[in-house]
Amino acid sequence: MEFPTALVLNAIIAGLLLGGFYAAVSVGISISFGMLDVVNIAHPAFIILGSYIAYIVNDRMGLDPIAVSVVLSPLFFALGMLLYRIYYLCFEKRGQESLRGLAFFFGILFITEVALVLIFGVDYRMVQTTYSETTWRLGPVDFPMRLVVPFLVSVTMVVGLQLFLTHTFFGRAVLAVAQDQLALRLMGVNPTRVKGLAFALSIATAGVAGAFLIVIQPVQPALGREYIGLVFAVCVLGGMGSIWGTLLGAFVLGLAESFTSTFFGPSWAPAVSFGLLLATLAFRPSGLLGR
Amino acid sequence: MNRLTTWFSAGLLALSLALAAPLHAQQPLKVGFGMSLTGPLAGNGKAALIAMQIWAEDVNAKGGILGRKVELVYYDDQTNPSTVPSIYNKLLDVDKVDLLVSGYGTNVIAPAMPIVMQRNMAFMGLFGLNVNSKFNYDRYFQIMPAGPEPAIGWTQGFFDTAMGLAPKPQTIALVGADAEYPALALEGAREQVKRTGLKLVYDKTYPPNTVDFSPIVRAIQATNPDLVFVASYPPDSAGMVRAANEIGLKTRMFGGGLVGPQFAALKTQLGPLLNGLVNYETFAPEVAGKFPFLDQFLAKYQERAVKEGVDPLGFYLPPYAYAMMQVLDQSIKATGGLDQAKLSDYMHKSEFDTYVGKVRFAKNGEWAQPRMLTVQYHGISGSDLEQWKKPGRVTILAPSAYMTGAVMAPYHDNKK
Repeated sequence: MEFPTALVLNAIIAGLLLGGFYAAVSVGISISFGMLDVVNIAHPAFIILGSYIAYIVNDRMGLDPIAVSVVLSPLFFALGMLLYRIYYLCFEKRGQESLRGLAFFFGILFITEVALVLIFGVDYRMVQTTYSETTWRLGPVDFPMRLVVPFLVSVTMVVGLQLFLTHTFFGRAVLAVAQDQLALRLMGVNPTRVKGLAFALSIATAGVAGAFLIVIQPVQPALGREYIGLVFAVCVLGGMGSIWGTLLGAFVLGLAESFTSTFFGPSWAPAVSFGLLLATLAFRPSGLLGR
Repeated sequence: MNRLTTWFSAGLLALSLALAAPLHAQQPLKVGFGMSLTGPLAGNGKAALIAMQIWAEDVNAKGGILGRKVELVYYDDQTNPSTVPSIYNKLLDVDKVDLLVSGYGTNVIAPAMPIVMQRNMAFMGLFGLNVNSKFNYDRYFQIMPAGPEPAIGWTQGFFDTAMGLAPKPQTIALVGADAEYPALALEGAREQVKRTGLKLVYDKTYPPNTVDFSPIVRAIQATNPDLVFVASYPPDSAGMVRAANEIGLKTRMFGGGLVGPQFAALKTQLGPLLNGLVNYETFAPEVAGKFPFLDQFLAKYQERAVKEGVDPLGFYLPPYAYAMMQVLDQSIKATGGLDQAKLSDYMHKSEFDTYVGKVRFAKNGEWAQPRMLTVQYHGISGSDLEQWKKPGRVTILAPSAYMTGAVMAPYHDNKK
């Protein structure tokens, strides 16, 4: 097996770019599942919803899908608030969040899919952007803008989230909810409200990740199901509730997939990625950066 | 008194039988199938369903078949093979359908086969690649122009075109998704590689949920192949084409078995990125003259497809879905009933006049003659759908009876 420099460099860049995208689709799960203990299995459905909203605005008005998703993220935030309220009142408040809550999110997943099918039909959708067909070349290394732009926005979003969570009062409250809700309540903070806002934040990230997705590949309503395994894998690999861990886990999986595809055959990529996940959990059960 | 009661009962029985007979005759003729109405292949499934519904309406408008109106009984298989056996059991045991046809594609036809065979039903398959090679079922028939050896026929045009290049190509890379159709298409491509004496420099598959195809295309480029044959489903096809353009793949011919560029969605969304690609198609405006009745069907289909948000062109699958039902229709009328053995026997022996031309089946139920078109895309600009409705965007390279020009090679120098 030969490892020519150009191929290695391109595999590194492709892996990092892919990892950036994986981080965007997973960071919401890291918040909801990792920090809030809400098994939001419908997260990928909101990613697809984000894709379709970006698509429709791009198709009708020609606006950049990623810029649109950032502008419209408050809508997803509000949707997240509403969803958490329903979840809290129907399940969490009654202590039925484990199994029935899971069924609730499954239901949301299917309802979102069916709604998208009814509104948009079942055909694949893609977007046209000014950078989709541009590739920068630096020596032997390619930088396809279709992946570079989502990567840059994704890393900015994830780093911004980490700074927000560690440097603001609300962010620290979210981290405190993840650690000890009772202690938070004793300090006069309403954990339900904090959880609602944090959950809404996770759904807002899904909306933005959806725009990345439709820039990268064609989307159809049921595509979200394919991402369920991935988002939870990244979250667990990185360490539950760790935003830096999610970013690192996403890069590890992206690089593993890229290197395996380039040098050993793409069919081995899932085995290598999930082998890495198992190995990490065997030696470090809390994940790469989990506590 | 007893005698009177007996006569009265007998009279009632006779009357009820007399009334029941026409009632039975009025019962609809039920055609059952599973169809992908959600999931990754729903775009094709819905398009096929529209075509079948148009057929049912056309037939019913003429009084039905054997005096019975046709009713389509169908369920969404979610593009999930595991749902298929229960759908076909329900169709037979609960809905009591008279006839069975398949949903779209290899991966939902194969799981229906054991049930169909157990019940000795005649079974029309819609675009399944080489499904019967494993089952050898004598009542299986396929509506897809891949010929009696489907895996070979599917890839024949690509390899015939490639081997006509001067100088002859020496090396080839094969790549496809880890799924039923690509596996069978790659099997056919490997047979062609043996037949043509090409050297195989890359032969790999990728998982169906792959996001970024650039590492795969780079690995292929590193082997410097003369030809690259791809067997992929729509999202992968888009990924492959984009990666090949981004990386600037250098090869003499690229394409072969990509599912997706046949539909309006990928045609318009990939637009000029398709230029230079050599791929299969089942219809192109360039050969419209050979299918004189297709225009009227496409007009009906396109009107409905736009409303339902599915493939607004309908070149690929819908005409064949309609033709599949025409074969059944003609067989029932000719045999005068629904006897599955007689229907199968008739289908084996006869030639059918359909919207996609004359169809005759080989012993294994596949088309007796292959007629898959191999085309090269060129001159595509922007994402305008209208450019695809008229001739000028593809050159038909094979089969020779439909040929409209020669291949432009190498791929990387013909991206206009």
